[in-house]
Amino acid sequence: MIELNNVHKYYGEKSSRLHVLKGIKARVETGEMVSIMGSSGSGKSTLLNILGLLDTYDEGSYKLGDVTISAKLSEIKAAQLRNQFIGFVFQSFNLLPFKNATENVALPLYYQKVSRKERNRRAKALLEMVGLGDRAEHMPNEMSGGQKQRVAIARALITDPKIILADEPTGALDSTTTNDIMAVFKEVHSTGKTIVIVTHEHDIAEQTERLIWLKDGRVEDANLKVQG
Amino acid sequence: MSWDALQEILFTLKQNSLRTFLTGFGVFWGIFMLVLLLGAGEGLKHGIEESFSSDVRNSMWINGWKTSVPYKGLAHGRSIQLTEDDIGALKKSVPEIEMIAAEQAMGSVWRGDIYITYKQKSGNFSVFGVGEGYFKIKKFQDYYHGRRLNDFDEDESRKVVVIGTRVAERLFDPGVNPVGLQMAINGVSVKIVGVFYDSGWEGRMSERIYMPLAAYQKTFGRGKNIGVIGLYPKAGSDNNVISEKVLKVLKERHHVAPSDTSAIRLFDLAKQSEDVNNTFSAISLFIWFVGLGTLMAGIVGISNIMIISVKERTREIGIRKALGAPPGEIIRTIMSESLLVTILAGYIGLVFSVGLLELFNLFVQKAGASMPYFSRPEVDISVALVALFILVAVGAVAGIIPAWHAARVSPIEAMREES
Repeated sequence: MIELNNVHKYYGEKSSRLHVLKGIKARVETGEMVSIMGSSGSGKSTLLNILGLLDTYDEGSYKLGDVTISAKLSEIKAAQLRNQFIGFVFQSFNLLPFKNATENVALPLYYQKVSRKERNRRAKALLEMVGLGDRAEHMPNEMSGGQKQRVAIARALITDPKIILADEPTGALDSTTTNDIMAVFKEVHSTGKTIVIVTHEHDIAEQTERLIWLKDGRVEDANLKVQG
Repeated sequence: MSWDALQEILFTLKQNSLRTFLTGFGVFWGIFMLVLLLGAGEGLKHGIEESFSSDVRNSMWINGWKTSVPYKGLAHGRSIQLTEDDIGALKKSVPEIEMIAAEQAMGSVWRGDIYITYKQKSGNFSVFGVGEGYFKIKKFQDYYHGRRLNDFDEDESRKVVVIGTRVAERLFDPGVNPVGLQMAINGVSVKIVGVFYDSGWEGRMSERIYMPLAAYQKTFGRGKNIGVIGLYPKAGSDNNVISEKVLKVLKERHHVAPSDTSAIRLFDLAKQSEDVNNTFSAISLFIWFVGLGTLMAGIVGISNIMIISVKERTREIGIRKALGAPPGEIIRTIMSESLLVTILAGYIGLVFSVGLLELFNLFVQKAGASMPYFSRPEVDISVALVALFILVAVGAVAGIIPAWHAARVSPIEAMREES
């Protein structure tokens, strides 16, 4: 599903140039649930942004499914690919505050020109799936952190993407809620979705099938299995 | 734009109602004030214009008075009486005169009160006998009913009159068309053929009754004597030169010393017009100055709100981009939103301000009130539309620059923005 080969990423101009990713080589197979860990500054957020087509890389190659992602991907093309192939879940949820749960979940389909009726129907079905059928009309500020993250997961799923990318999805949640959210991820995984979670918590990493450990912009170990 | 996209825009506007309101209010207020200002300026112009009579703007009016200088053995203090022969002499010796006509009056000037009666109603008004061509000089009268006096009336000495609106109001019930009816001037029956309105002297020139000079002379006497000579020059001639020539001819005919300034009086409307025209120019300049200032203030206000509102939305834009909104879609959405708000608000501002001016006019008309130097404020709608267009265009431009920036910022950066 994901194939990274010798990916480099630099930030800044020549004199103060920062070499963030120093030749990342990694694979994620279809249907896998993988976590990415590493100390801060190891480049894991940068890697996730490149995987999610939110950022471009400078050298190397990246294949997402059958699509070869060019290093000079245009924003128009990136937006289209994100919309079709990738579902995002963020630490800070990133729901639109003025839209209710259903409308937030339905939003990605708006950019696919799906009719409002159909969007809302599919959004409600997904909210049922993440256990928020009775919160469909609630606004984000009327929901708890866990509920917001469930809405975000439903939103990530609505376009039936090839891959779910989660950036510290439980970083803002307490331990009970964290377990609830991880249960949702596992359920999604059981339907065959590929999931990549960036985290700094071992508790999260140990619930995934495999851990990719980053250190100083390189993959130190791509086949770690975390034991509880 | 699809219905779905419009719904999305309306929804966003509704959910961010304070921002929508502030943007809209900026445009609304800019247009509202500008139109009121332009309207008030027009009102000022109309007000000054209405203090003019319905006369041709470069006409002159001449009447005889008393000599102040002894001349050729004649004592001072002698009254000068103009006659119809003066008109003939002026026509002959001052070729620059385009139109000249006599006016004879009774009422305020001669014979005191004149009783005008129709059935049970009566009033005191001045009656004027006017010669051929008189209404070519007083040509801006508005006729509400009937017609002007014409040459046939004069040639056949018809006993017909045209009456001012204030005369008609006094003698006739509201809604009655007096044309064709007979009324009496000091007991002499005359037929009404027209009703006019004359804005001169703030409408008091509508308290007059005019009849053909020939019939007037036969009915009320006074022979060839006339009270006032009205004339206007041919296009392109200098009023100052003509007035000098006219005075010279009349002074010779009536044996008045050339240095005597009070024996024959000449009122030149053009001189007055010139002063007023200068005032008009000053007022126009002032209005445009203030109007452009208002417009500028509106433009600055709208630009600020647009920039702030897009800044405020950076995070939202980032989220939308992460979810797959293409950059063009982001710009299009923001533009559509701001255009919708500014056009709608501007339109409302236009309707409100024009409505207010109309309401003011209606109120003044109903109450019959009048203010000195202010009347019928109105606005040239094309000017208002141009102002509206400018405001909307500026709003759009003010929106597009930050929107374009927002659409270029990477989604990660944008989502990091606190909101």
